[in-house]
Amino acid sequence: MANLRAIRKRIGSVKSTQQITKAMKMVSAAKLKRAQDAIVAARPYAGKMREVVQAVAGRAGQDAHPLLSSRERKRVALLVVTSDRGLCGGFNSNLLRAANRFLRENGGGAEEIVLFGVGRKARDFFRRRQVPMRKEYLNVLGTLSYGHAEQVANDLIGGFLEEEFDEVIIAFNEFRSAISQVVRMEKLFPVAFEQAGESAAADGIDYLYEPSQKEILATLLPKYVEAQIFRVLLESVAGEHGARMTAMDSATNNAVEMISRLTLQMNRARQAAITKELMEIIGGAEALKG
Amino acid sequence: MASTVKLELVTPERLLVSEEVDEVIAPGYEGEFGVLPEHTQFLAILSIGVLRYRKGDEVRKVAVGGGFAEVTADRVVVMADVAEKAEEIDVDRARRAYDRAEVALKDLSMDDASYTKMWGALQRAIVRMAAAE
Repeated sequence: MANLRAIRKRIGSVKSTQQITKAMKMVSAAKLKRAQDAIVAARPYAGKMREVVQAVAGRAGQDAHPLLSSRERKRVALLVVTSDRGLCGGFNSNLLRAANRFLRENGGGAEEIVLFGVGRKARDFFRRRQVPMRKEYLNVLGTLSYGHAEQVANDLIGGFLEEEFDEVIIAFNEFRSAISQVVRMEKLFPVAFEQAGESAAADGIDYLYEPSQKEILATLLPKYVEAQIFRVLLESVAGEHGARMTAMDSATNNAVEMISRLTLQMNRARQAAITKELMEIIGGAEALKG
Repeated sequence: MASTVKLELVTPERLLVSEEVDEVIAPGYEGEFGVLPEHTQFLAILSIGVLRYRKGDEVRKVAVGGGFAEVTADRVVVMADVAEKAEEIDVDRARRAYDRAEVALKDLSMDDASYTKMWGALQRAIVRMAAAE
């Protein structure tokens, strides 16, 4: 049967695909470990930052700095954090679907939306839909450093202070575990701290500030935003590797299943071929006898 | 009464120091300041400089590249943009960074956008070399 050769070839190709997905899974697992370590390492800074900002902002009140005071929402900036590469299951599509829904529900109405995107997938998605983007950050996720978060924060804060938009929302995949990422939309700033006014005052002594409360807030708040963005980027990277690992794992399993099905098919075909040959021989012998 | 202060030095990328120490001397925005136990609540911007801390007779140095310090009675939290322990500093690399920054600065005028950036790089390199000594 000619079919036999076709099946053999098919098995070979599935096998090599399986090898690739298996290797990708292993690579992602290693990268995930590193990304997770980076999250853990970055946690103390982000935590302390939050504590201090909360303490100072609570005492200073809303009007102390533009980043603390909310104004009427006319234009909103949306920062969409995706990955640069695909083959990671629903990681990007879930997020982009949520972002797109947000655009539909909020755009066009009273509010206007300014788009920022991290990762090539965000750019491709919105370019296909011909939605203009203010700025995109590509190829930063592979070699993520704090400097990248700084750059994004600078652009966002700059636009906010110029009143190009009145609020910044960030859409990203939160890293829950290697197999679970959750799409989240969070308001990045204006920073809304519960006005700790009385309780902080009751806490007793205010800080001594050097040089002054105002100047400290002016440098502290951008740093706080940077730290938040950095955290989000780290989570997204970890989530991406987690998602890719899961996707590649199931791809490998599918390949295994496919190979066993094909092997069965191949054996059947071979058996049929043998049977057929036997029949022919027997048939031939019978004919000679007669 | 606390007899030591807990020094916690964090950078965006990691936790660098977490120790009970006797004294901390940090490069504040308006000059160096020392912190002993039972210091009043204090919040300062740090400039680029060498942070020293003493534990008994042993003094250690860390090069910090700007950031913040929060001081309470029993705690000093330093949030540095970048920081490196003296013993981890690669002097050759610092020297190369210094040379690079110096060369770059010669070609720039004060008004160039990257002037401040390069100037910062120069200061950080100087501080790192100083801390490593």
